[in-house]
Amino acid sequence: DDKLLSEPLSHPDFFNVKELFSLKDLFDARVHLGHKKGCRHRFMEPYIFGCRLDQDIIDLDQTMQHLQLALNFTAHVAYRKGIILFISRKRQFCHLVESTARECGEYAHTRYWQGGLLTNAHIQFGPGTRLPDLLIFLSSLNNVFQPHVAIRDAAKMNIPTVGVVDTNCNPCLITYPIPGNDDSPTAMELYCKLFRMTIIRAKDKRRQSEVFNELR
Amino acid sequence: LRLIYTTTAVQRKNVGASGPEKYTEAFIKKQIEEFNLGKRHLANMMGEDPETFTQENIDSAIAYLFPSGLFDKQARPMMKHPTEIFPEQRKIQWGEDGRPFHFLFYTGKQSYYSLMHETYEKLLNVQKYQDQLTAQDLPPQKEKRNLAGSRWLTKIELEEMLLEKLSDSDYSRFIQLLQKLMTLPCGDIEEEYIQKFSKVVPAQLQKVVIEPLKYDERGVAFSTGEGTRKTARATAVVYDNGSGKITVNGIDVLHYFPVLQDREQLLFPFQFLDRVGKHDMVCTVCGGGRSSQAGAIRLASAKALRSFVTEKEVEFMRQAGLLTLDPRVKERKKPGQEGARRKFTWKKR
Repeated sequence: DDKLLSEPLSHPDFFNVKELFSLKDLFDARVHLGHKKGCRHRFMEPYIFGCRLDQDIIDLDQTMQHLQLALNFTAHVAYRKGIILFISRKRQFCHLVESTARECGEYAHTRYWQGGLLTNAHIQFGPGTRLPDLLIFLSSLNNVFQPHVAIRDAAKMNIPTVGVVDTNCNPCLITYPIPGNDDSPTAMELYCKLFRMTIIRAKDKRRQSEVFNELR
Repeated sequence: LRLIYTTTAVQRKNVGASGPEKYTEAFIKKQIEEFNLGKRHLANMMGEDPETFTQENIDSAIAYLFPSGLFDKQARPMMKHPTEIFPEQRKIQWGEDGRPFHFLFYTGKQSYYSLMHETYEKLLNVQKYQDQLTAQDLPPQKEKRNLAGSRWLTKIELEEMLLEKLSDSDYSRFIQLLQKLMTLPCGDIEEEYIQKFSKVVPAQLQKVVIEPLKYDERGVAFSTGEGTRKTARATAVVYDNGSGKITVNGIDVLHYFPVLQDREQLLFPFQFLDRVGKHDMVCTVCGGGRSSQAGAIRLASAKALRSFVTEKEVEFMRQAGLLTLDPRVKERKKPGQEGARRKFTWKKR
């Protein structure tokens, strides 16, 4: 049992997430496109490659590194049977995100966030609820262009977060930010596909390892 | 004494949604056992066979043993199966390892949001189908749906279906989504799904059966009607080929109702249908006072006249209020007040 859990931690990329995406895929899905210069958040400046005709372009090399770290982390969480919660407050992609979560066997929240869901869980749900072990933000702003409340709540409850941060978002409290576009449909479909494949891969690997252990 | 089952609140609070596990499974099992035992005891008491004692027999037995003059049927003593009295509760939402069963559990309103998710999926399907049809250059189907004969589920019915509390805005959003789905040209594919959330409203008139005309020994067509008003009960027999004679309790109408107002009330149905001098009427009436007896005979004669008249005219009569029973009765006097509404004189000192 201990070997099952400690073995993946010794490799830097146990689940080989690097092969799932390439720079060209990110470029074709228009992940590098940011908002206009006026919407730029101060803390996103390190991740921005440059500005062309007032529109910010995100540095895809940094995005590649951050994406690899984030996917690796989600794979490890899924391997250890953690609860993953997808969050996105974009109305266009609500259905897409919910279907992705359902196909993975994980959970989604793309609706209005009631105040005490994480911090007041024992009263909102019954006593003895298990909170999510990872939050994935496919869009870290809510409908009024302010940082989603769940980022702050997860930081309060010591829950790690993975989030796609656009040029107008605050990447401070997110543990594994992924600088990238969160407004184009192609970009969102790419992220959903990547997360779905990593989670399914990690769960399959866990099942295989358990079967191997039982055979010995 | 056996515990008599009482109802939940009159406003039909959605107990199923308010809290997790107010009634445990063991409690409900015990209630079901007690109910079955009580049913057998009741059958024994009434002298009936305990094996073939149906719910109707139980209702009549309880109404006989505990007569109640309360107006609201829900407030009277009743004995029903516990599944009808204690509404369904939500069981625990997660398994042994703590992972919730439903993928939208962390939203708080999982059934409502999953319903919205499914409905939106149907909408996307319909749009895809429409796109396919336009790509093949086929015209979209147009079938007229009967919009007047159906209504959407009310908020309380939807809450009962989902076992969850809804807010007004949630409910209106869901109904808007359903209407959008219905108004699309190719919405026929999802008819079945939409029918789950709509109820048929039968037109009021279809429920009431109008009796056909009867013929007496002389060959004259006649029909009977009954009417009530306050405490007066009246039966009227309206004959065809008449001259406008009206007899009440064997006495002519001019002697029985000396006041013009009462006679006008009697004539109103005939005047409305332009048949003032064409029918004879023989009525019997008991109870009540002068004005309520007149009102009772008016209702009885209007009901009798339905058999002589076309359906359109019956609808006109219904809209004129001739066929509606007047529900006003004398309001009871309350303690601490002089009458039903009048309070005692207020003295400043």
